Amino acid sequence: MASEEESTVKEPLDLIRLSLDERIYVKLRSDRELRGKLHAYDQHLNMILGDVEEIITTVEIDDETYEEIVRTTRRTVPFLFVRGDGVILVSPPLRTA
Amino acid sequence: MLFFSYFKELVGKEVTVELKNDLAMRGILHSVDQYLNIKLENTRVVDQDKYPHMSSVRNCFIRGSVVRYVQLPPDGVDIDILHDATRREARGG
Repeated sequence: MASEEESTVKEPLDLIRLSLDERIYVKLRSDRELRGKLHAYDQHLNMILGDVEEIITTVEIDDETYEEIVRTTRRTVPFLFVRGDGVILVSPPLRTA
Repeated sequence: MLFFSYFKELVGKEVTVELKNDLAMRGILHSVDQYLNIKLENTRVVDQDKYPHMSSVRNCFIRGSVVRYVQLPPDGVDIDILHDATRREARGG
């Protein structure tokens, strides 16, 4: 049989390995999210993503009405290295409504 | 060591380093080490009006731990080589 090592999922990092060359969703610290194609990662969750969209969410509070205004800023980067210490979670992409 | 090797391949290419304090600097990658500390040459601050205090800096050493992103040239390294190297690294861990 072909090498069993490669297809066995033993630990959480193996789950990420299944997403190599697939699009993933990454939640980062500072209310940031990324969606891109996973090209490389390591045990620190340093990653290289391709065709990335970054979404930054900010909440402003109006001085008078005290209502919360949620804003999102988006930008795209063709090829991005992400340092692992900012990563919170990694997942297949969520389909937003 | 995967990303250390990857960045060594990129020495001489232009990259944009975005720090955790939101400062972004574009420059030529001069060197990198095992901690992914970065030395940039010919640096220019991306948003000069917002961060004027670094506008005269042309060469800098950036501690790896303060980096949030590095924007990379898409033609830097072959993607298949990255995938294979990642599978090998993941298996060894």
